[in-house]
Amino acid sequence: MTVTEHRPTGEVGRDRRRKEDARLITGRTSWTDNLSLPGMLHLAILRSPMAHARITGIDVTPARGAPGVIDVFTGQDVADIQGSLPCAWAVTPDIKQPAHPPLAVDEVRFAGEPVAVVAARDQASALDALEAIDVEYEPMPAVMDMEAALADGAPLVHESLGTNKCYTWVFDSAEAGTGGDVASAAEAADVVVRSRYVQQRLIPAFMEPRSVVVDPTQDQITVWSSTQVPHFVRFFLAFMLSMPEHKIRVIAPDVGGGFGGKLQVTAEEFISFLAARRLGRPVKCTESRAESMLAAHHGRDMIQDVEISARSDGTVTGLNVRLLANMGGYLRLLTPATPLLGRYMYNGIYKFPAHRFECTGVFTTTTPTDAYRGAGRPEATFAVERAMDDLAAKLGMDPMELRRRNWVRHDEFPFDTVTGLTYDSGNYEAATDRAMELFGYDELRREQRARRDSGDPVQLGIGISTYTEMCGLAPSRWLGSLGYAAGGWESASIRMLPTGKVEVLTGTSPHGQGHETAWSQIVADQLGVPFEDVEVMHGDTRTSYKGLDTYGSRSLAVGGIALVEACKRVVEKARPMAAHMLECDPADLEFADGAYRVKGTPGAAKSITECALAIFAAHDLPEGVEPYLDADASYDPVDFSFPHGTHLCAVEVDTETGMVTIRSYVAVDDIGRVVNPLIVEGQVHGGVAQGIAQALFEEARYDEDGNLTTGTFVEYTIPSAADLPQIVTDRTETPAPGHPLGAKGVGEAGTIASTPAVVNAVVDALRPLGVTDVRMPCTPERVWSTIAAARAASSGDGGEAR
Amino acid sequence: MIPAAFDYTRAATVEDAVTALAGAGDDGKALAGGQSLLPMLRLRLAAPAMLVDLGGLTELRGVRDDGDALVIGAMTTHDDVMRHPLVHEHAPLIAQAAETVGDRQIRHLGTFGGSLAHADPAGDLPGVALAMDAVMSVAGPGGMREVPASEFFVDYFTTALGPGDVLVSVRVPKLTGWTTHYEKFHQLAQSWSVVGVAAAVRRSNGSIAEARVALTNMGVTPVRARGVEEALRGAPATADAVAAAAGRALEGASPLTDGTASAEYRTQLAPVLTRRAVMAAGGL
Repeated sequence: MTVTEHRPTGEVGRDRRRKEDARLITGRTSWTDNLSLPGMLHLAILRSPMAHARITGIDVTPARGAPGVIDVFTGQDVADIQGSLPCAWAVTPDIKQPAHPPLAVDEVRFAGEPVAVVAARDQASALDALEAIDVEYEPMPAVMDMEAALADGAPLVHESLGTNKCYTWVFDSAEAGTGGDVASAAEAADVVVRSRYVQQRLIPAFMEPRSVVVDPTQDQITVWSSTQVPHFVRFFLAFMLSMPEHKIRVIAPDVGGGFGGKLQVTAEEFISFLAARRLGRPVKCTESRAESMLAAHHGRDMIQDVEISARSDGTVTGLNVRLLANMGGYLRLLTPATPLLGRYMYNGIYKFPAHRFECTGVFTTTTPTDAYRGAGRPEATFAVERAMDDLAAKLGMDPMELRRRNWVRHDEFPFDTVTGLTYDSGNYEAATDRAMELFGYDELRREQRARRDSGDPVQLGIGISTYTEMCGLAPSRWLGSLGYAAGGWESASIRMLPTGKVEVLTGTSPHGQGHETAWSQIVADQLGVPFEDVEVMHGDTRTSYKGLDTYGSRSLAVGGIALVEACKRVVEKARPMAAHMLECDPADLEFADGAYRVKGTPGAAKSITECALAIFAAHDLPEGVEPYLDADASYDPVDFSFPHGTHLCAVEVDTETGMVTIRSYVAVDDIGRVVNPLIVEGQVHGGVAQGIAQALFEEARYDEDGNLTTGTFVEYTIPSAADLPQIVTDRTETPAPGHPLGAKGVGEAGTIASTPAVVNAVVDALRPLGVTDVRMPCTPERVWSTIAAARAASSGDGGEAR
Repeated sequence: MIPAAFDYTRAATVEDAVTALAGAGDDGKALAGGQSLLPMLRLRLAAPAMLVDLGGLTELRGVRDDGDALVIGAMTTHDDVMRHPLVHEHAPLIAQAAETVGDRQIRHLGTFGGSLAHADPAGDLPGVALAMDAVMSVAGPGGMREVPASEFFVDYFTTALGPGDVLVSVRVPKLTGWTTHYEKFHQLAQSWSVVGVAAAVRRSNGSIAEARVALTNMGVTPVRARGVEEALRGAPATADAVAAAAGRALEGASPLTDGTASAEYRTQLAPVLTRRAVMAAGGL
């Protein structure tokens, strides 16, 4: 079923302003760097200026004597106790998993790798003392290019591994029994289009740089960290440092954004933990923006070779994808798995009868890569949506017509895909029709023709992205079958206080999403209490000790189900009390709007808050009722959730300067039922902005020696509101089956959808000039040089696009 | 994140500032709005031993009418410059360029004189000052002196200011009967110019009587496009004539390749942007 109108009857569906915003916006809150403890020392980390080098000596003596300095230590000093940073996902049995010491011991493998640590009475003294540390490096060859790194005789990032290849992961639908063989499909095809797309390296660039505070002075060591994953941090600190888990408490206080960049267990957390234990005093380690850009993990960085086979009528017959994925110098928490999270989605919303996917992870002397908003799925969506446009151009078909011919129709759900997933629901026709109407597709095509005919120096391009994604990570059995170290369930606990107020504990760990507001809305509806009477607590392993945190658009899609179930259990727990007070059979009660009513007896009612007080008083409890009103629930998803939508983008490309200007952008998303439309709107806008940023603006670049040349926001160019278009949004609603609220996920949808829409538009504008691809980001210079190369090629001068 | 240690003094008078800066020699640095200097200190790309803060010199703020010229105090913020009625009336080119500097916060702290003294090749105001034939008033150990814009910008981040010199004010001739335009090319609203073109045009009876054109970021200093000006003098006020003249934009330019753009790309942009700037300035 698809509806385009949904009128809220309670809290869910209302445009609630976020209750957390006042404290977040003013900064008067518990950002980790705002914390200060008695006797706390400040850490500063000396980082390698070399991409690859042997450390032949470190002299810390002058730094030890510097003003305010309490301690200086190096990797050698803690080599036996520092453990290794964890990689939680061994994606193949023969994956190469080198140790990742938090502090380099004798070799550095990316510029920015921690080499030595200063603890001082204040941060300025700690930073000053770094300059007094003398490190001798013996340079080794930088390994920067993935294809060169795989060649015989290439210099190695990890000598002991004997190769720069981390793993190769293959899926073949013919072998899996989910489809045919791509080679036969290509042989039988009328047309085969081969394209190479490059996913540039990106920097997550969360608003709050990372910060850690460790207090070792109590029996239980407390770690505050600006992280998405406090539960992971506790587990891995205990596991990798051989510490008893019950002696560690991890708190993620208010966290200023993550985008996957804080889905990590970091060197800085390990180093701070070691320093605090070594010194017996609280320590704080807050990174600068420059450190954050250099050393916190990066995202994307893949080369995608895509081969699409089709009949001349446009019916697709095969999809063959080969990836090279840049791991960086080491494997972090999800480094090898991140490109593979996209492997189920390269087929997109289309009915490919044959599919092969191969991904090779490659070590280079660069900052490790890992999750970044969308993690694998933006790359997959980009590849298939770009390839569909390339195929349409080859066939001379309208790109939307080609998509309509191949997508899964709404009456074909549930649909078993060639990658082995089952898409549960969707209506691609409805979302697309709505988007086309809002966009004015036909009129823009007419204008495009007019500009082409008149040779206008400013050309118009139209880009399409009809996407789906898998979110709601993840069924535990699925994760287990793929070699992941943890599960994918989520939990919630509800406790109703004697006065009827409600405390909620969630195992998710919001870092800007607005869970406190959305969870309050859900609980208010389920228990029939006012929105204001709900307090949501999260991110502390002492209180919300059951949880797997926030990433992969999972919090509402998975945690929301646990929350609803916990509420239902509370309602059931109070029912005998209500029946006792009303002197009736519990089975005769119905619960609605916060009260139990006796069926068929108007007026006979007890509110759940009255029950809560009576239960707390315990003066007259019925048999078997305990003197508190609370409940826990957990949920392990049966399957993923599949939001989808259609994004359309029109760009103007100034062919004299290469400048791309987005003229209009329409996003119609189907994310199921919506709890808070205002929050969803924010997620879509932010996601689209981040996807546009990849298409047009952002790129982390290294020079040939492995130095990051985009280390500040002057070079790493993040767009602001002034650089982004008005975004026209709308929704269709196909409720998610199996979710009590019908909710899917929205955290990554905008990012996944928007990048190919924009690049398709840029290429569409320039196809008459002979351009078939523009590498991201489509900066003015790159667009101009691509045009110049295409013109040179068509006039027979040769020439290469840069 | 935190600058290296430095000594600091807040000048009460221009003479104080000159004395303090002269005393510090090459280790001294004047602090105006701090919008370029402080990031360099925080990244520890610069570590002067002595900072002389000009923030208290209120006599260096403001714009006044001086007959055939405006005098703009060196410590006048970009925001004050771009909103000042005298600037709008007599030097709208400066107002338009000032409005493109950085973002709102930067324009409220950054100063007109600071931008000129910093002499970033990508900065917009040096090119505008050059096009306007501005004259800098400089206080130094030897007293006051005047330096025309054509001699002020010496090299990459280098001006005629020596140790102990303080830029006090800038004298900008009024361009009566001229129309102007600043064409800035950059991808992000708040980023530096890849290339910029300042153009002023005086039209007369369907032709261009005279024009002044200066280019931003087409060399280590702003470049006066004399060839374009020569071609425009007396040329018909038509798109073709302007396009032909703009083709001479590269005369005297020697663009650099840097992290933002290649010299080749700048070479492509300069004539295109010059054409657009002159067309817009001339109302064509």
